[in-house]
Amino acid sequence: MTQLFQTFSADFFSGFKFTIYASLLALIFSMIIGTLMAILQLSHNRVIRSLAKAYVAFFRNIPLLIIVMFFYVVAPMYFYSFDGFQAGTIGLTIYTSAFIAETVRSGIQTVPKGQMEAGLSSGFSYSETMRYIVLPQAFKIVVPPLGNQFINLIKNSSILAMVAGLDLMYQGDLIASTTFNTFDTYIIVGLFYLILTLPLSYLMNYLDKHWSNA
Amino acid sequence: MSKIKKIVSFLFLPMLLVIVLSGCKGESVANKNIATRIKEEPTITWGVKYDTRLFGMMDIKTSKVEGFDIDIAKAITKEILGKDGKAEFVEVTSKTRIPLLKNGNIDAIIATMTITEDRKKEVDFSDIYFDAGQSLLVKKGSHIKNIKDLTAEDTVLAVKGSTSTINIRKHAPDAKILELENYAEAFTALQSGQGQAMTTDNAILLGMASENDNYELTGGTFTKEPYGIAINKGQDDFLKEVNTALHKMHDNGTYDKIFEKWFPKDAEGRAKKGAQF
Amino acid sequence: MSDAFSWINLRFLLDGLWVTIQVSIVSIIFSMILGGIAGTVRYSKVPVLSKVMGIIVDIIRNLPLLLIIFFTYFALPQIGVKLNIFWAAVAALTIFESAMLSEIFRAGLNAVPSGQTEAGMSSGLTYIQTLTMIVLPQAFKSMLPAILSQLISLIKDTSLAVIISLPELTHNAKIIYGQNTNYVIPMFIAMTAMYFVVCYLLSLVSNYLETSKYNY
Repeated sequence: MTQLFQTFSADFFSGFKFTIYASLLALIFSMIIGTLMAILQLSHNRVIRSLAKAYVAFFRNIPLLIIVMFFYVVAPMYFYSFDGFQAGTIGLTIYTSAFIAETVRSGIQTVPKGQMEAGLSSGFSYSETMRYIVLPQAFKIVVPPLGNQFINLIKNSSILAMVAGLDLMYQGDLIASTTFNTFDTYIIVGLFYLILTLPLSYLMNYLDKHWSNA
Repeated sequence: MSKIKKIVSFLFLPMLLVIVLSGCKGESVANKNIATRIKEEPTITWGVKYDTRLFGMMDIKTSKVEGFDIDIAKAITKEILGKDGKAEFVEVTSKTRIPLLKNGNIDAIIATMTITEDRKKEVDFSDIYFDAGQSLLVKKGSHIKNIKDLTAEDTVLAVKGSTSTINIRKHAPDAKILELENYAEAFTALQSGQGQAMTTDNAILLGMASENDNYELTGGTFTKEPYGIAINKGQDDFLKEVNTALHKMHDNGTYDKIFEKWFPKDAEGRAKKGAQF
Repeated sequence: MSDAFSWINLRFLLDGLWVTIQVSIVSIIFSMILGGIAGTVRYSKVPVLSKVMGIIVDIIRNLPLLLIIFFTYFALPQIGVKLNIFWAAVAALTIFESAMLSEIFRAGLNAVPSGQTEAGMSSGLTYIQTLTMIVLPQAFKSMLPAILSQLISLIKDTSLAVIISLPELTHNAKIIYGQNTNYVIPMFIAMTAMYFVVCYLLSLVSNYLETSKYNY
């Protein structure tokens, strides 16, 4: 196995790099879109509320693969040719944003209503109460599940392999098909993923334990 | 336990698990001799394509796979196992076919697979059963009659990363090449005029031309892509049986019948009895 | 365009949907058993076994499902285990989902007040009897929404098995539109609709359970 690794280390690391790029890009944009959708779901305007809810319900209940395939297969036929990495990252972003919207929304709603009332009656404005009282508490509630979403994101980034997205899984496929050594290749790929996901997972466990008593 | 010990044991245990697993490689499925096995259970499992017209295509109406590869496989099964022999078909893709063969999930690959020196290092091949070659697909009446007619004014459509793309650059260095994701897209591009010709194995092009009367193959083949049946190394008995079956099929006319059923207009692909790479 | 939705095509898609559902149901059943055992073992803090189980579960939970699918289908035969496509998909999904479910079980069991266990044990029941007759049933109620949510994930994840040619919904849709580029958009609409309907309905059931079933 070490021989296999040494021969193809450049490819493994290249794939690793792309996995990290895709994950970070998707994380940033899905956080933005997701938080936006979460706030919109709490809007006073019924139309906006329904649209946001529909967005979240839709993208949470269809497979990630279909979203990615849409950008890879359908889009080039009718509007724009996305390459594998782009299609994969965009799909990943949209899919994850729906889950983040849910997580953030329930985080905000978990902060007891009393907090908002107390803040308002103490003379703070709505946005001040949000900023200094509600959101900091929501943040603590929301970070562990968000962390889990990030871990899921990294795992889901393997979808790039299905559309030639140059990521770690894709490189693993190429190497496995050149060397025909599927067993060792996929063990190495697995180890690379674990390097990313295991530490995050233990970090989230730690935070969960220490922050839930806040 | 100290933190460092925890980390080390977390990493160590899975490694141990992995080493143990790879050590206890039980009787690998692939090592069993196919020829002896099929004497007791008369079933041969063939890996075929499900998305290639004329060779291996799933018929949506019947949910059965049909094509030249399928018929040849069925005929070989009958020759080896007689009337009671069963041919089972498993869908393979270019990516999955060799791992499936080497792991013993399938007994043989018959899926528009070109025999190459590189592949021969990994698997054994039967005699050639179809002589494909790279060719060009053009609109009927096109000025392109031959690979040499491709000039700098022409755009050729090919599939990303295929050997066809590499070859076309060699043979028509002046022409522009546009690389699409798959055959379906390349053909759509040809139809919409994004290119004057499309190139890949003539067998695959034939499939497209068969669906559309406005398009035809032209210029014959400019490379050789002989198709063979791939069989795992170490299965010499089975390989011999397959080749013997192929010879018999040439002798008793079965091969010709199957060939004419699928390629009534094309004489080029017909393989000769006993043709080897 | 309307012949894209012909009965022939729709029936082929429905065949695929049926395979999706079959794989999902078989996998979730096996996963509940395996995951339940794993979760209970971890909860019960059995010396050595709990720790080992914990590490295995953590590793599996943190790997991409696609990798597990590949591994099950291509690597296992190298150590003698040959599975056909259906069972390889089920095996891969079961391994992954069991790890996920074991955590759900563990959390659910932890949520049951320890007083219940104490009461059971002091009434003369053995540990296992206490577990099965008192603790697990109560834990189960609170776990049901999470289990349903995993089932929804599972149904969506079966689409990944297209890579090993499992004839499920996504695979069949690909075959149809591979044969005719006019069918691409209709097939996308059809598959998306089918997945959505199944998953959304399940999510509604899950929401209903969360609101109407009270835990204390």
